[in-house]
Amino acid sequence: MTTEENIKSLHDTVLAKLKENFSDAIVSSDVEYDFPVFILKREHIYDILKFLKEDAELNFHFLTSMCGLHYPDQKGKEFGVMYQLHNMPKNFRIRIKTFLPGNDLHIPTVTSLWATANWMERQEFDFFGIIFKGHPNLKRILNLDNATFHPMRKEFPLEDGTREDKNDSMFGR
Amino acid sequence: MSETTENINHPVAEEKEYTTLNLGPTHPATHGIFQNVLKLDGEKVMHAESTLGYIHRAFEKIAEHRPYNQITPLTDRLNYCSSPLNNMGWHMTVEKLIKVKLPKRVEYMRVIVMELSRIADHIICNSIIGVDTGALTPYFYVFEWREFIYEIFEEMCGARLTTNIGRVGGFERNWNEKVWQKLDHFAKEFHKCLTEFENLLKRNRIFMDRTIGVGPIAGDRALEYGFTGPNLRAAGVDYDVRVMNPYSSYEDFDFIIPLGTNGDTYDRFMVREQEMWESYSIIKQAMGKIDRKENLFHAEVPEFYLPPKEDVYNKMEALIYHFKIVMGETDVPVGEVYHSIEAGNGELGFYLISDGGRQPYRLHFRRPCFIYYQAYPEMIKGGMLSDAILTMSSMNVIAGELDA
Repeated sequence: MTTEENIKSLHDTVLAKLKENFSDAIVSSDVEYDFPVFILKREHIYDILKFLKEDAELNFHFLTSMCGLHYPDQKGKEFGVMYQLHNMPKNFRIRIKTFLPGNDLHIPTVTSLWATANWMERQEFDFFGIIFKGHPNLKRILNLDNATFHPMRKEFPLEDGTREDKNDSMFGR
Repeated sequence: MSETTENINHPVAEEKEYTTLNLGPTHPATHGIFQNVLKLDGEKVMHAESTLGYIHRAFEKIAEHRPYNQITPLTDRLNYCSSPLNNMGWHMTVEKLIKVKLPKRVEYMRVIVMELSRIADHIICNSIIGVDTGALTPYFYVFEWREFIYEIFEEMCGARLTTNIGRVGGFERNWNEKVWQKLDHFAKEFHKCLTEFENLLKRNRIFMDRTIGVGPIAGDRALEYGFTGPNLRAAGVDYDVRVMNPYSSYEDFDFIIPLGTNGDTYDRFMVREQEMWESYSIIKQAMGKIDRKENLFHAEVPEFYLPPKEDVYNKMEALIYHFKIVMGETDVPVGEVYHSIEAGNGELGFYLISDGGRQPYRLHFRRPCFIYYQAYPEMIKGGMLSDAILTMSSMNVIAGELDA
């Protein structure tokens, strides 16, 4: 079972390794509940993920999940991508985050590292409009192909404001 | 002679043309809304492309507009064959965020509910594999017990399929006498039906010929594709969240993780079959650990757990807490948390970012189906069309979880 000290020491190990190889790429790092979290610059994200996967000691061979983030109020880093990696034999789990400016949503794809990233990246492209450079088949996956919106962005309303068939005024809305 | 008349005299195979076939969106053999555009050479699948999103309901978006307790019904509709597992996973995610420790009794109750729904989930998958190979009878045998499990859920929470069972912090009410009677009956009788079911299929010549070597995937390829759950274990990788990162006191129970070797349809069937036996044993162990008379079914978290209605009318504190919870004025810690459970199909994860408001700032579901279904074209390539149907049902792809 992973205890707090184990997570702290995992955080320190990974941080030391990253500092050694990619000292200028680290923005910040922290422990959030049971996950060490590293915020990195996007220029190096592919190289770092490749390094974490292929390093003999860390061996993060499994991409657990990936998702997009949107913080409209953070100027210059409105969008983000989160990766969660897992080393199953040692049960190490970490989270990597990187942020992108709203006017340049490009990030390198990791499909060449993990085949599973294919649909995960397509989903985040669909939801947020994040463009994964080098993706073999970057098109919408859950929404219509000809949709003109990216629905998970914060400014996208949950309901169509022009609808007239629903009257919620009795509920104070 | 013109070109067209020449073509008539040549068989299709010589022209190297494939037949395009739409398998789905509503095909009776796919058990759900899945579309696959297949390129066939005769009956052989040469290429497949999956189309998704036919029942996409934007749960991640809706969840950003709902208070925490109203997200539970959304999770019901992910893998609707084992809703209680999803419900429990969500409750545990919020409990991790607010750092609540549950009493052992509640955790064991949860284990019983989760293992019951795992059995219900595997019953569907395995009996449907039987149906797709042409064996309809075993399906009816085990469905009687799936119905019985739903009756137990009905007695616990009032609902059957989309259960919305439990609350953040525990259960909504203690289990009554009828629940225990039904559980006793289940613990006493279920093994007979499961043995019978196994005997009908396990060493059945037709079943083995139809499933062994069909839709295989190697362990390392399965890991690259993000497989988890029974499908990964059928390929020989012993990853189970219940053992790796125990939650809800799973470390107190004695069970084994069944493994396959070839990752084919037969192995997936056998792994699920063995898992049902393990779940059955876990349920019996948990029933032995619980004091049935005790009236303890939730943790002491008055800020998050709605008080009983009679207290709301008669006690000041209860009224205040009721008001604060309903109006969303409870302070939720700011932070981000990931919690995963071993659901029927694999690692079901909830990535929750809280900004302290009454709704999540961002909620991402790690849906195991969505992640491993992308290996489907690779797994059926070169096989027969009828094997493609079997491969899909043995992967247990659930449309609700796939499209969220």
